[in-house]
Amino acid sequence: MSDSAGTAPHYTRPLLPTPFHERARALSQVDSFVPWAGYTTVDVFTNAGQEYFAIRNACSVYDLTPMVKYRIAGPDAGRYLNRLVTRDLRKLRVNRVSYCVWCNDAGNIIDDGTVFRLGETEYRLCTAERQLDWLLDSAIGFDVQLSEVTEEIAALALQGPTSCAVLKKLGVTGIERLKPFEFSCFDATGMRLMISRTGFTGDLGYELWADPRQANQLWDALMTAGRSRGIRAIGSRALNMARIEAGFLMPNIDFVSAEGTVRVGTSRSPLELGLGWLVDFDKGHFTGRRALQEQMRQGLQRQLIGLDIAGNKPAANALLYADRKGQREIGSVTSAMWSPTCKRNIALAMVDAPHFAMGTTMWAEVYLSRELVWERRMCKAQVVDKPFFAPERRRVTPPGDF
Amino acid sequence: MNAVATARAAYDCIVIGGGHNGLACAAYLARAGRSVLVLEAADRLGGAALTREFAPGFRVSAGAHLLHQMPARLIEELALEKHGLRWAAQSLPTAALAPDGAALLLSGSGPESIEGPVDREDTEGYARFMALMQRFAAVMNPMLEAVPPRLGTERWADRLSLMRLGWRIRRLGRRDMRELLRIAGMNVYDLLKEHFRSPLLQGALGFDAVLGTNFGPRAPGTVMTLLYRLAAQHGAGARALALPAGGLGAVADALAGAARAAGAEIRLTAPVARVTVAADRACGVTLQSGESIAARAVVSSADPQTSFLGLVGSEHLDTAFVRRVHHLRTRGLAAKLHLALDGLPKFSGLPAAAHGARLLIAPSLDYVEHAYNHSKYGAHSAAPALEITMPTLSDPGLAPTGKHVLSAIVQYAPYELTGGWAGQHEAFAQQLIDQLERHAPGLRSLVRERELLTPPDMEREFRISGGHWHHVDLALDQFYAVRPVPGATQHRTPLPGFYLCGAGCHPGGGVMGIAGRNAARQIIAGEPAQ
Repeated sequence: MSDSAGTAPHYTRPLLPTPFHERARALSQVDSFVPWAGYTTVDVFTNAGQEYFAIRNACSVYDLTPMVKYRIAGPDAGRYLNRLVTRDLRKLRVNRVSYCVWCNDAGNIIDDGTVFRLGETEYRLCTAERQLDWLLDSAIGFDVQLSEVTEEIAALALQGPTSCAVLKKLGVTGIERLKPFEFSCFDATGMRLMISRTGFTGDLGYELWADPRQANQLWDALMTAGRSRGIRAIGSRALNMARIEAGFLMPNIDFVSAEGTVRVGTSRSPLELGLGWLVDFDKGHFTGRRALQEQMRQGLQRQLIGLDIAGNKPAANALLYADRKGQREIGSVTSAMWSPTCKRNIALAMVDAPHFAMGTTMWAEVYLSRELVWERRMCKAQVVDKPFFAPERRRVTPPGDF
Repeated sequence: MNAVATARAAYDCIVIGGGHNGLACAAYLARAGRSVLVLEAADRLGGAALTREFAPGFRVSAGAHLLHQMPARLIEELALEKHGLRWAAQSLPTAALAPDGAALLLSGSGPESIEGPVDREDTEGYARFMALMQRFAAVMNPMLEAVPPRLGTERWADRLSLMRLGWRIRRLGRRDMRELLRIAGMNVYDLLKEHFRSPLLQGALGFDAVLGTNFGPRAPGTVMTLLYRLAAQHGAGARALALPAGGLGAVADALAGAARAAGAEIRLTAPVARVTVAADRACGVTLQSGESIAARAVVSSADPQTSFLGLVGSEHLDTAFVRRVHHLRTRGLAAKLHLALDGLPKFSGLPAAAHGARLLIAPSLDYVEHAYNHSKYGAHSAAPALEITMPTLSDPGLAPTGKHVLSAIVQYAPYELTGGWAGQHEAFAQQLIDQLERHAPGLRSLVRERELLTPPDMEREFRISGGHWHHVDLALDQFYAVRPVPGATQHRTPLPGFYLCGAGCHPGGGVMGIAGRNAARQIIAGEPAQ
C-alpha cells in the first residue's frame, strides 16, 4: 500500500485505499463509502437490497482486505494458539480453517476470527479488530513469531450459489472438491491464489487471498468469468443482512470487545453469546478457562438468542419486555432485519435469564416513523433457533451447478 | 522412571526451595500433620539466608547479613532457639560514619538515643520522630504479619481485614492519623528535611528507607518503605538488628531443624524443572534429573517470575495474569562485598567499642540520592552508600583467630549495568576498597581476599531472577493487597493446588519468615488433610 500512500504525510490520508479501490470506485453509483479498520470501503454500490439478492441468488464479490491478518509461526505456534482461543486447535489439520473466539482472563470475548493452518508450524489469524498487543502478551513464554500481514494480502469474498461455477469458469481446477473450512492454493489465469471455502454469509462461498499487485487482474477476471452467473460487487450493508440471517455475530454490534469496555457488566462471554460450542474445557488450559468454568457453575445470567418478531418492521435496538405493558425489561435487540429470504422479521437479542429458553415469548418495543410521525408498537417475539437461514448448498461437496 | 515415581507415596505438599521462607512454610505444614518434602536446588539450605566460606577459613552471611525483621513470635512458635539458634549480638547500634570527624551513634533498642555531632534540637527531635514512627510501626506491624485482604471482593474476611486496618489507623488519634495519612505516600527526603538539620542523621535515616529498594530518598513512597522496615523491626522486638551465632545460615539451620523435627523431609541438590499440572491442578513436580514426584499441593518459595513463567509455564495461566507477572519490577540494585581481613580495621571518628555496630556510609540525603542517580542510567554509583558489619567482632568463629570479616551491602549496583558487569566487576570492587580505605586508613593492606556479589551474581547463586533480595521490588504498587500481582495474593494462585511462600509475597524479603508461615496457614485452610 506504500504506492497509494505516496510520499504525502500519513495524516493527509487517514483512510487507506484497498488494492481494489480503483475498481470499486468505478462501480460505485451512490458514492457510499465507510471506514473499516483504517481503510475506506464500500457500504453500498447501487442498492443494498439488490446487492443482497446477489448473495442469495447468484454471486457476490466483497472486498475484505481490511480484515486484520496476523502471521503466527514458530515451534510453539500450535500450542500458542490453543492457549489463546477457546476451541481445541490441536485437531486442526494443515489446509483447514477454524472459526474461533478468544477471551480475556475474566472469560469475556475479545474478538472472533478464523485461524488458517498454513503449515506444520505456521498459521494465519484473521480478526475484525487490531490486537497485536494482546497477541504479543499472549506470546510471553512461547517460541512464536508474530507479525501483521494485512497489507501483504488482498482478499475478496466470493459468496453465493453460483460462486463455485464462477471459479470453475475462471479456471480454478478442482475447486469443486474443496470442502467447507478447507483451503488450498490454485493457479488460475496466471495468478497464484489461495482459496478457502469460508465466508460470512452462511451460504455457498469462498474467500480468495491474493498478491495485492494482482488485485485489478483478479477483480477483472472474476467479473468477466461471472458475467453469465449474475456476479455483482456488494458493499458492507448487504453483507450485514446476510450475516444476520446466518446468525453470525458482528463485533461492536452484537458484543463489545472485552478489552474495549469500560463499564462493569458490558463484556460478554462466549457462553453468553451462545457460542458455547466453541468452548472446549477438555483441551487443556486457555485464557479465560477458569472464569468460564465458574460461569458454567453459577449459570448464565443472560444469553444472545434469535428472535422471530411479529410484523415486518425491523426491531432495531428495541428493548425487550416480559410483559406486553412493558413493565419488566428483560433485554434488548442487537441486530434486526426483515429477512427477504426467510420472509420473517428476525433479530439477534441479548436476553436475561430465564427468558432465553427456546420458545419463550416476549415483547419488543418497536418505534416506527410514518413520515416523521412516530408510533410505538409492542410486537410479540419468540425465541427461535439460529441460524435463520442455512441452505444445504453451503455444505454440499461438490457444490451444485447453480 | 515415571512409573517408579508415581508408585511412590505422594506427599501432601512439596515445598520448592529451602530458603528461610520455604523452610518456615515446611515447618508449619509439618507441625499441622502434613507430609512435606522440601526440594532445594543447591547443595545447602538457606537460599539468601546462608553462611558460607568465601576465602579459606573465612565465612560470611553471603546474602542477608543481619537479622532484623524475624518476628519474635515465629522464633518462639518454631522453637528455633531449641533447634540451635544462638545470638552473637542483639540490638546492634547503628553508627553513621562521617567523611571527616566523629561518627553518629544511634541506639539499637530501648529509648531512642543519639550520640555524636548533632545539636540539641536534633537530639530531642530524633527521640520525638522515632516515637512517632514507632506508633505508626505499631499500626503497620499487624498488617505485615497477617495475610492481606483481597480488594473488591464481597468476602467478609477481606472487608473485616480492611476495616481493622482502618480502625487501627483511626485509633492513633486525630493528630497522628492525619500525620500518617499526610506522609504515607511522601518521599523520605522531604520528611527528614522537615525534622532534622544534621545531614549525617538525615542520611542515615534516609538510607534505611531505600535499603534494598529501587529508589532514591526523593522517590515518592519511600516514607512507606521506611515505615515498613520499622514495622517489621517492631515485630522482631529486642532482637531487631541481631547477629545469629554462625551467621544467617544458623537461622536456616534452625528452621530446617524445626521442619525435620516436625517430620518434614528435605532433599538437597534437587532442582525442580517444572510443576506438574494435570486436570488444571498442580499435582507434583518434575526435577531437572527427570524424576517426577507427586504431591497434593505444591508451594514455591522461588520468586514469582521463576515460579509462574519458569516452573508452571504460561500455557497453564491466563494472558493478562502472565503479563502482570512478566512486568513485575524485579531488578536488584544492591551488591554485596565480602572482605577477609588480616586484622581489625580502624574507622576514623568511630570509638573502638562501636566497631561491632551496623556502620553506615550515607553521610547525607544528597549523597544517597546522587548514588541512586547513576543507577537510573545503567551505571553503578560513583560513591555508593554502604551498610557494613564486621560480624567477627561478636562472632569470632567466622574467621581464623585474630582475623576478621567485613560484609557490606552496596547501593547502588544495577542488575543491568551498561556494558555488562564482566568488564567492570573488578574495577568496582577496587573502587569500594578505595572508598573503605578513606574511612578506615590502612584497611587496604589488611585485605587478604575479597568477594563482590553483584545482582547478576546473586541471581545465579540464589536463583532469584533479577537478583533482588525482596524478589519483587517493594513499592506501593507491589505491596500488601496487590503483592506480587492481583490474582496471586494471599499465597494462592490461579492454578489450583499451587501456592507461593517466598519474598515475592506480602510482606516481602528481609529474612522474616512470615510469608512462609502465612502460606502454610493458607494451604492448611485450603487443602483438606489426607
